[in-house]
Amino acid sequence: MTAAAMTQATRQPVLEMRHISKTFGAIRALQDVSLTVHAGELHALMGENGAGKSTLMKVLSGAYRPDPGGEILIDGMPAATGDPIKARAAGIAVIYQELSLAPNLTVAQNVFLGNEPRRFGVVDRDQCNRRAAEIVGRLGVSFSARALVSSLSLGERQLVEIARALSSNARIIVMDEPTTSLTSRETDRLFEVIATLKAQGIAIIYISHRMEEVYQLADRVSVLRDSGYVGTLERTDLNASRLVSMMVGRDLSAFYKKDHRPPDEKRAVALSVRGVSDGHLVKNCSFDLHKGEVLALAGLVGSGRTELARLIFGADKRSAGTLELDGRPISIGSPREALDAGIAYLTEDRKELGLFLDMSISDNISMGVLARDARAGGFRDFTAADRRAAKAIADLSIRTRSTQATAGSLSGGNQQKVLLARLLETEPKVVILDEPTRGVDVGAKSEIYRLIDNLANRGIAILMISSELPEVIGVADRVLVMRDGAISGEVTASGGEPLRQEAIMELATGAAQE
Amino acid sequence: MIDRMSDKTTGTTVDQAAIRSRRLRTAFAALGMLPVLVLLAGGFQFINPRFITQTNLLIVTQQSSINIVLAAGMTFVILTGGIDLSVGSILAASAMVAVLVSLVPDWGLLGVPAAILVGLGFGLINGLLVAYIRLPPFIVTLGSLTAVRGVARLLGQDTTVFNSDLPFDFIGNGSLFGIPWLVVIALAVVVLSWLVLKRTVLGTWIYAVGGNAEAARLTGIKVPLVLLFVYGVSGLLAGLGGAMSAARLYAANGLQLGQSYELDAIAAVILGGTSFVGGVGSIWGTLIGGLIIAVLSNGLILAGVSDIWQYIIKGLVIIVAVALDRYRLQAGART
Repeated sequence: MTAAAMTQATRQPVLEMRHISKTFGAIRALQDVSLTVHAGELHALMGENGAGKSTLMKVLSGAYRPDPGGEILIDGMPAATGDPIKARAAGIAVIYQELSLAPNLTVAQNVFLGNEPRRFGVVDRDQCNRRAAEIVGRLGVSFSARALVSSLSLGERQLVEIARALSSNARIIVMDEPTTSLTSRETDRLFEVIATLKAQGIAIIYISHRMEEVYQLADRVSVLRDSGYVGTLERTDLNASRLVSMMVGRDLSAFYKKDHRPPDEKRAVALSVRGVSDGHLVKNCSFDLHKGEVLALAGLVGSGRTELARLIFGADKRSAGTLELDGRPISIGSPREALDAGIAYLTEDRKELGLFLDMSISDNISMGVLARDARAGGFRDFTAADRRAAKAIADLSIRTRSTQATAGSLSGGNQQKVLLARLLETEPKVVILDEPTRGVDVGAKSEIYRLIDNLANRGIAILMISSELPEVIGVADRVLVMRDGAISGEVTASGGEPLRQEAIMELATGAAQE
Repeated sequence: MIDRMSDKTTGTTVDQAAIRSRRLRTAFAALGMLPVLVLLAGGFQFINPRFITQTNLLIVTQQSSINIVLAAGMTFVILTGGIDLSVGSILAASAMVAVLVSLVPDWGLLGVPAAILVGLGFGLINGLLVAYIRLPPFIVTLGSLTAVRGVARLLGQDTTVFNSDLPFDFIGNGSLFGIPWLVVIALAVVVLSWLVLKRTVLGTWIYAVGGNAEAARLTGIKVPLVLLFVYGVSGLLAGLGGAMSAARLYAANGLQLGQSYELDAIAAVILGGTSFVGGVGSIWGTLIGGLIIAVLSNGLILAGVSDIWQYIIKGLVIIVAVALDRYRLQAGART
C-alpha cells in the first residue's frame, strides 16, 4: 500500500472524471461530480441508495453519455463517452451485483465470452483454456479454468467475472456491492484477490454500504449525496461518524436507537423454543425470547440462522422440537398457523420471497389480512386496504407517490418498509426479522432501527438475525450466536458493560473453544 | 368504463386522485389490444361492407362465445403462472355427457349441470395433481389432454351421439331480447370472472400466487387451495363450454369435438396481455383477445381467403399483435 501511495503522488491519475452531470428529462441524476482515481488504488464510493453512485458508474462504463461539459480522462487523455465498447477497450470493466455468467459454460469459455481467441476462424479452445488458466492463476484461486460455472459458488463466480475483466486488460475495475451474497470465507478470498489486483497497478472503484469493508480496504473514500459530490476522505482521516454524516447530512449519534428497557429476570417469556432441529443443518436449538426484548441471532453466513427462523415460522418442516407461546405449547406446521398464533417473519430476500413487485403498495401491505378485512361473500374492502396503506406510508415514512404505485417502483429501503408494514398489520406478538437492513440505505436503516425500538417498547418480542456486528451491538439487548447449526453461546450486556463484538466473533468462529 | 361501477364502493379518506389514476391506467392496460380489434374490424369492413352488419356481428360474437368461456377459465390458470392444455378434451367429454343425459326421458335438462359437474371434476383432478402432488401444470394437463380425450370417445363408444329433440337447445340457438344465449352466457362468465379476480380476496390471492408463489405462502396464503380453485374453474368452464357446444350442434363426437380449442383459448389470453409467467393480466383483455380471433376467422372468410391462408394469417397476427403489445409496455415503463 505504501508503494501505491508513493506512485499516487508522483504519477498522474489513471482516471479523472470531471464535472460530470446527467439529466433525464427534468430529473437531475448527477450534478457536477468529479472523481480522481490512481493506479493501484482502491477508491470506495459511498452514498445512500439513489445518491447517484450507479449513474456515475454507468457514465464511466459508457452506458450513459454525460451532459455537455463533463469529460472523462484516462491517463490524462480525453476518452470517448457514451460508448460501452470504447470504454471497455480503454480498460474499464464493471462487475455488477447481478452476475452475468453463462452457467453451463466453463470458466475459460466465460472469461473469453464474446472475445474468444481464434485460429483459422474457429475458437481456439487450447489457447482459450491456457490463457484463462493463466489469468485465474494470477488471482490465486483454487478452481480450474475447465470447471463448469454452474459448479462454482457465488463467490467463485464473482472471481470469474474479475478474470473476465482481466482478460480484456482492464485497468479500472468497478465492483458494485461485491460481497452482498458472499460468505465470510469467500469475502476474505475476494479481499486477497483485490490486494493482488492493486499490487498489479489496477485501480478499483468499490461501491459498498458496509462500513467495515470500507475501513479495511479503502485508500480513499468519496461520498455522493442527492446526486452531488460531497467530498473525499483519505484513509488516515476515515471515521464512522464523519462518513455517515457526510452520507446522510446529519449526525451519527441518533443512528442506532435503543431506548427500550433492557429485559430483567422477571419479564415474561413470549416464545420458548426447545430442541428444534431440521434433520440436517439445524441441531437441537433451544432459547427463550422475552416480551419487549430485542434478541439478536448472530453468526456467520451459513451457520443456520435463517433456517432456524424458518423452522420457527413453519416455512420449513421441523424434524424435532417444540414451541411455546406465552407459556402454552403451540403446534405450527405452516406460515399461516404461525401468523394466526401471532408470530411474524420478515424474509432476508425481499424480492424473491417477500414482495409482489407488480402489485400495488396497498395490496402488498394488506396481503396478510385480506381475509380479516373482507366484506360478506369474500369481497375485498378496498377502503380498509387503502387506509392501512396510507397509515403505514405516514408512520414508516415510505416515500411514494401514492398507495397504488407498484412495489417494484420503490427503492430498496422503501420496499423493506412495505414488508415491515405488512408484518405489523398482522399484529404479531413475536417478530422475527431476518437481516432487516440488508441492501438498505443509511437513512432507511436508522428509521428501521427506530421502528424496532418502538416495537420493543410496545412489548413485542423481537428476534433479529443480522450479519452486521455494529448493528447487533447497537440494537440488541442480548445476543445468541449460532455456529454449524447449533447455538454456540450467548452474549449479554452485564454490569453496565456493553455487548462485546469480540465475544460474538469468538462464538461465531469457534475461537472461544480453543 | 367498467371500473366506474365500483366508484361508489371505494375510498373516502384516501387520495381519490391516486385511485382515479389507477383506474385510468388499468383501463389503458385493458384497452391494450382494443385498437387492434378496431383496426381489424375496420379493415374487413373496407374489404367487404357486409362485415359490420347486425347479422354478421351476431355471428362473430356467437362463434367466439365458447372460446371466450374457455379463455376465461384459462385466464385464471395463466394468472397463477400455470397452463391448462386439457380444456378442449374436457369440453368434448362434457358435451358427450350433456347429450347422453339429455336422452334420459323427463330428466333431459339435467344434461347441462351434468356437463358442468363433469368439467369441474376433471378440473379438480388437474388441480389436485398440480397443487398437492406438485407436478408441473404443463405435464399434468398434457396428460389429461390425452386421457380425457380417451374418456370422451369411450362415453359414446367412439361414435357421434345425437339428440334432435334436445331439451336445452335454446342455449345454442335461442336468443334473449335478440341476443343469442351463447353470447349472454359468455358475457356473464366474463363479468363474473372480473368480479372474482378484481373484487374478491380470492382474486387478489390468485394474482399474488402468480406474482410470487413463495412470498404468497410466507404471507399466509394457502397456495394449494388457490391452485385447486383455478384449475377447478378452468374445468368447470370447459364443462359449460361442452354444454354450449352440445346445445348448438344437437350432437357430440368424442373424437373431433374441441380439438385444439385449448390453443385458441391460450391465444385469446395471451392476446389479451396476460403475462405467461403469471401475476399480471385482466379478463377484459381476454375478452378482446377472443374477439380478435373470431373477427379474424370471420373476416378472412368474408374476404374470400382460402382456409390454408387463414391459418397462416391468424398465426402471424397473434405473434405481431403480442410483439406490438410488448413494445408498447416497454415504452410505457420507460416514462
